[in-house]
Amino acid sequence: MNTNLIFLLFIGALVGASSAYLGSFMVLKRMSLVGDALSHVALPGIAIALTFGINPMLGALFTLLIATFAIWYMSEHSEVYPEALVGVFFTASLSLGLLLTPQPELLEALFGNIDKIGLQDGILTLVGAIIIFVVTLIFSKKLLLGVVSEDLAKSQKINISSVNLIYLLLVALVVALGVKFLGTLLTGAMVIIPAATAKNLAKSIKGFHFLAIGFGITSSVVGILTAKFYGISSGPAVVLTAVAFFIISYLIKRR
Amino acid sequence: MSELILTVKDLTVKFDKHKILDNLSFDVVRDGTVTVVGPNGAGKTVLFKCLLGIIPFTGEISWVSDAKIGYVPQKLSVAADLPITVLEFLKLKDSDLKKIEEIMAQVGFKQNAEHIHHDMRVLKSRLGSLSGGELQRILMAYALLGDPNVLLLDEPTAGVDIKGEETFYNLFAKLKKDVDLTIIFITHDKEVVEKYADTVIKLNHEH
Repeated sequence: MNTNLIFLLFIGALVGASSAYLGSFMVLKRMSLVGDALSHVALPGIAIALTFGINPMLGALFTLLIATFAIWYMSEHSEVYPEALVGVFFTASLSLGLLLTPQPELLEALFGNIDKIGLQDGILTLVGAIIIFVVTLIFSKKLLLGVVSEDLAKSQKINISSVNLIYLLLVALVVALGVKFLGTLLTGAMVIIPAATAKNLAKSIKGFHFLAIGFGITSSVVGILTAKFYGISSGPAVVLTAVAFFIISYLIKRR
Repeated sequence: MSELILTVKDLTVKFDKHKILDNLSFDVVRDGTVTVVGPNGAGKTVLFKCLLGIIPFTGEISWVSDAKIGYVPQKLSVAADLPITVLEFLKLKDSDLKKIEEIMAQVGFKQNAEHIHHDMRVLKSRLGSLSGGELQRILMAYALLGDPNVLLLDEPTAGVDIKGEETFYNLFAKLKKDVDLTIIFITHDKEVVEKYADTVIKLNHEH
């Protein structure tokens, strides 16, 4: 195994683990579509980054953060159900991104290209993943209590609104980490699928997080290896591996 | 006159232009047992949410500085497949396992030596798999884990069968005896009001 493949597997595992960990809260909060839709907001950011010759991850993070603040603000201050708002953002930014992204790079921006991941991306991913794990761990009790009962959380003076904002910002960060690896259309999948798979099997929160992270890492590693072996595109291979785990977990749950 | 733990003055809550609570004023004495009664939609739960500081209101709510409130919500719609065990839920409040076991016993999960295993089983089961009565006692345990001196109970026995209700009120009476607690609770049960309450707040909202 060459060094480059080990590096790519490491990056894949980091993205898989951090997106699955965050996704495990998203699945509990019943906002799976938010993760998926948010990932599409990355596209215009990538387009801008490509135009100005900066790292696409940073460009994606920029538009993702704007969209996150906007979604959070509107869900706090409007009667419109947030999911509808997210739907509006998603279609608008996907359209805008498609128009702005230079044609040769479009396919890569949409589905990722693991071979284009360099050392700088690796460092960004490592730093991002550490931030995600540390911050999520700090807020995990508050996030969980908010899932079980918002009233109970508020009665303990937990500011649900700021906890939600911090959480959404972390989701924006994880999506930005995944764009080069999986592309804007597929990054959301890695937030949701491993967590949904884990939920089918887990009996406790501890087991749930553990399984989600496990499925996230395994899907990335198996997907990348399969892609390399058969010379196919890695993004879809990773997502389809995750889907295969999901189907198996679903069948086990149904049994 | 006994010392007051809570003073409510001219409490008014409006949703849009609709007044849910209109100039409500009352006092609660320390260690008193107060029931809040009234028809559906009278604003009983809204009153609780004001007392907890969860929703905005006009008027004045003042708790004494040492008031520590434990809240038992009316219903907790926990999805059956939510992967959280009773123990994990209780640990969200206090991770001290010994204290959790003590309070579990206090809420009736370990009445005698024979039931020790029963107690442990409940801690390991999923929160969403509990019966109404069990969940209510777990919520009570959750509230008690914060060492409260005030308990707010929102219809603690709604959706609980008769046996569960009996267990709950036995626990209620025992708690009152063992611990210095001010209890404010919402109920529809006249018998319970007569048996336990020393003060009754009647909300009768005309729509």
